Parts: sequence; structure tokens; C-alpha cells
Amino acid sequence: MSGVPNTIAGDRSTALARRGRRRWTEAFVSVVLRLCAFTAVAGLLLIMVFVFREALPILTDPEIQREASIAKFFATPLWQPVGDVPKYGLAPLLVGTLKVVMVAMLFAVPIGVLAAIFASEFAPPGAREALKPAIEILAGIPSVVLGFFALIVMASWLQGLTGSVSRLNALNAGIALALGVIPTIFTVCEDALRAVPRSYREASLALGASRWQTAWNVTLPAAAAGVAAGVLLGLARAVGETMIVLMASGNAALVSASPLDSVRTLSASIAAELAEVVFGSAHYSVLFFLGAILFVTTFVINVAAGLFVERLRRRLAGA
Amino acid sequence: MRGGRFILYAAGLAAALALSHWGCAQRERALTIKGSDTMVILGQRWAETYMKEHPGALVQVTGGGSGTGIAALINGTTDICQSSRPLKDDEKRQLTEKFGGPGHETIVAMDGIALYAHQDNPVSEMTLDQVKAVYTGAITNWKDLGGPDAPVVVYSRENNSGTYEYFKDHVLGGADFAAGVQTLPGTAAVVNAVAQEPRALGYGGAAYAKGVKEIAIRRDASSPAVLPSLETVRSGEYPIARNLFYYTRRAPEGAAKAFIDWALSEAGQAIVTEVGYYPVR
Repeated sequence: MSGVPNTIAGDRSTALARRGRRRWTEAFVSVVLRLCAFTAVAGLLLIMVFVFREALPILTDPEIQREASIAKFFATPLWQPVGDVPKYGLAPLLVGTLKVVMVAMLFAVPIGVLAAIFASEFAPPGAREALKPAIEILAGIPSVVLGFFALIVMASWLQGLTGSVSRLNALNAGIALALGVIPTIFTVCEDALRAVPRSYREASLALGASRWQTAWNVTLPAAAAGVAAGVLLGLARAVGETMIVLMASGNAALVSASPLDSVRTLSASIAAELAEVVFGSAHYSVLFFLGAILFVTTFVINVAAGLFVERLRRRLAGA
Repeated sequence: MRGGRFILYAAGLAAALALSHWGCAQRERALTIKGSDTMVILGQRWAETYMKEHPGALVQVTGGGSGTGIAALINGTTDICQSSRPLKDDEKRQLTEKFGGPGHETIVAMDGIALYAHQDNPVSEMTLDQVKAVYTGAITNWKDLGGPDAPVVVYSRENNSGTYEYFKDHVLGGADFAAGVQTLPGTAAVVNAVAQEPRALGYGGAAYAKGVKEIAIRRDASSPAVLPSLETVRSGEYPIARNLFYYTRRAPEGAAKAFIDWALSEAGQAIVTEVGYYPVR
């Protein structure tokens, strides 16, 4: 094929052929890119349809409602899905998820945000160059490794420190989870802070403010929407994270306020139980219902984070 | 020249097709075994040795849990299901509907469920009632079990395990586990947690009890305290023992029969002992 233009000859036809080929390549690339983009969207839609369809019998199937329904989820404080009389109380799972996520955010938000302020405002170029990849590597550690570390090593340290009865508890899982969440918060916040125009800082410094006053009172408020987006994305990750809590939390379905008690989260329950439930049973539908709750929660958080990012962009563009 | 090359390609293609077809034919004869995580090591060791002794035989063993294996048996996606619990009536009914019989059961080994405690724990025996009381939350302190004044940190398997169901049915008499009972994925994780926690109590297959202390169990207050062992499990003296099953849809035949017969032979049962369970023959 490649020899054909030479035999027919003529500069004009060669150029035409080349242009034709380029147009064809262009069209091909565009189709491939479009396919890739739509595959992701189609994947999202299919997963959504699947999760909600499998959860639906909780609302519609009277056979399953005899075992599990919205009313029954809150009628008992017990989560005992296997037994002669299965009990699907969601309270311990909701409380557990909330507790672990709160502990995680309590550690991850200050550390992530302050590290981002340091990296963007204070760090000399060398330190920043070292800090960013280090935190990105933390993001790359598989969560099962973080969970294992928390199960074997961190739990013993923390028990020595707090004297808690259970080695594996909300505090342990929350701190391990914070390690998984910090990179998300750090990266997004750092980007937001660096997007604040230099002129803001220069104006503040020229008025006699110190570097810390500038960072805290000028740069951070200017980037507030981006920081909020980072925190929300971290929150979404914390709510959905599974392996870390499955391994580090002890998974006891308790309703209690103490962070030193063992907890069971929504995501860990799905991971632990879904592998062996009878297909189409009430337990199966309940687990998908939990999945739907998680899906909606993280979806709402992500959308909120997107709105904040949009606001930041408009605000900085308007400046 | 070109034609010659074409013929060469065609021949090559035909050979490749024939080879792959032969490969498929080989694979079709693979015997699949699926089910209990408790039995996965046993099944794999059986399969390895069996394939070494019978070149040409192909046995694939996977875990997933007894329930997963039984579901696969009902769906027809496995030849043999290994299960650490007997079939439920509902499962037998499904098998009967699909295959005209309730399935065929072979007991291939026995397992003792040991109660593990930390090695430094002074408590060395408990009655069945005490075990039940701890797991249902009626006893929460070691001093009620003859130990020091310290809370009992109770570990269990996840509720998707055959061991969990066995324990719930036979030790707790169907009662619910206390809410504070911590569950971990896998017996190894339970053993690990107990080994690191002086106040812990956990349970799992006797084969896994490494680095922890086994508690001797009394059937009731007046009977002797017994540790799980070949004699006590087989004689039924140790109260928390169970059968390990191989289930087939019908009476085993062909490759499945050859494999199960071999597993029950002297060589097969020797592997049961090696892995840490108790032979039935």
C-alpha cells in the first residue's frame, strides 16, 4: 500500500493522500477517545442500575419484607444476619461508620490541610520536592497493606497508649483510615492554594502582614472552596474505604459512643458477608441496600466537592 | 512461492487449532472442587499428591466458603463441593428439583473446633456452658472462669464462614452472638489477634492453633476436660467436633469417584493428619 503514491506520482496527489490519511487518523482517534469516555460513564450507569435493582426488593418484595424492611432496619439495635431469626438492625453499622469516619477526619483534615499550606506557602523548593512525592507514595500504598499494618502493629501501640479493652477499635481503624485519606486532602488543597494568584500574597506582604498571617488570612480564605472540596473528597473516600476498616476495626456491631470500642462499618459488612449470602435472599438484598446507601452518600459528597471546585474557579477567575 | 507459504500458514493454523482443541478436551476432564475455606488447604494437598500419582489427571480446588461451594454444586459449576457443614433442607430441595436427588454425601475427614486463648492465660479449661455464656455475653470477665479480674475480649469468625454457623448452632444452641464479639476475616486472623491479646478468647479449626493455647472443654460440669486430638474427636469425647464433607450431585462416578476413593485411602487419609485434621479411616 505504501508504495502506491510513488508509482502514480504527482506532488498534489501525495499531499491529498496525506491530508486524507490525517483526516482519517483524526476521526479514528476521536472515536476511540469518545468510546473511552463513554465506557466510563456507561460503567457508572450500569453499576448504579445493578446496585439499585438488587436493593429494590427491600421496598417492593413482600416475601423479603417479612424478613427485612426499612422499618425493621431501625426496630432492632442488633446486626445478626445469619441465624434462625435474622436481625438486620442498621443502627450499629451507621454508628460504626460515622465513628470511624469522624476519627479519620479528625486526624486527616488538620494534617492534610496544614501540610498543604506548608508545601504551597512555606516550604523551600527542595522540601516541597521531597514532600509531594512522599505523600503521593502514601496514596499509592494498597489499602489492604495499611489495614494489615493497623491490625498487626498499630493496634498494639495504641492499646499500650490508651489501655483500651479491644485492640481493634474505632480509633485504630480511624487513624489507619486517616493515612489513606491524607493524600487526597493534601493534593487537592495544595493545588487550590497554589492556584491563588501571586498578587494576593504580594499585596498582603506589602501591607506588612507576616507570612503566616498571609497564609492564614489571605491565601487560605481565597482557596477556601478548593480546600472544602479536598476535605469532601477525603470524606467520600473515608466513607467508602473497605479493606482498612475490615481489618483494623474488629467488626463488632456495637451501638456505643466510645472510640475505644470495636466498630462494624457499612462497607466492611458488605465485604465480609456478600461472598457467601444466598443469591436473591433477604440478606443479599440488605447488603445491596447498604451498598446503595454508600453509593448515594459518596455521590452526594462528590457532587458537593465538584460544586466547590467550580466556585473556586469562578472566584479566582473573577479576581 | 506465495502459495507454498500460504499452505504452510494454513497447516500451522490447523495444527494450532487442533492443539487448542486437544487442550480443551484435556481441560474438560479437569475435576473441579469448590467450597469450604476450612478445607481448602486439605483439598489442595490432596489434589497435588493425587495429580503426582496419577499423571494426566487434573484437579482444581478453590475456596470461597461452604455456602459458595454448595451454591456452585446446585448451579452445576463444580463437580465436587467441599463443605464443613451438612446440606440444609432447603439446599437438598434445590438439588432434588434440579438433579432428581438430594445430593450424595461422603465424610472425608473430621475437624475439632478449638478454643484459643493467649499463651499466658492461666485459664486452661471451660465447660460448654461457659463457652456459650462468654459468646452470648452472659460472662464478660475472666474471673468468672477462674482467671484474673479482666474483661474477656471475644473473637469470632465472620458470619459467612461454615465454622461460624457450626459454632452458633452447636455451641450457642442457635442463640445470637453478643454484639461486642469482634469478628475477623479468616481463622488465621483470629489466631493472630488472640496471640497478641492476653485477655482474648477465640475459636477455629484445631489445625490453626499455632502460638496460642488450646482450652480443654468439659461437656458439662461433671465430665472430664478434653483437648481436641485424634482419639477424643473420633470417639466423640471432645464436644466441639464436626465432619468435613464432600458433596456430589449424584453418587460419584468416573474421575470424581477415583479422587474421592483415593482421598479415603491410606495415602489420602495420611494427608488429613499432615494438614491437621482427623482421619475418618
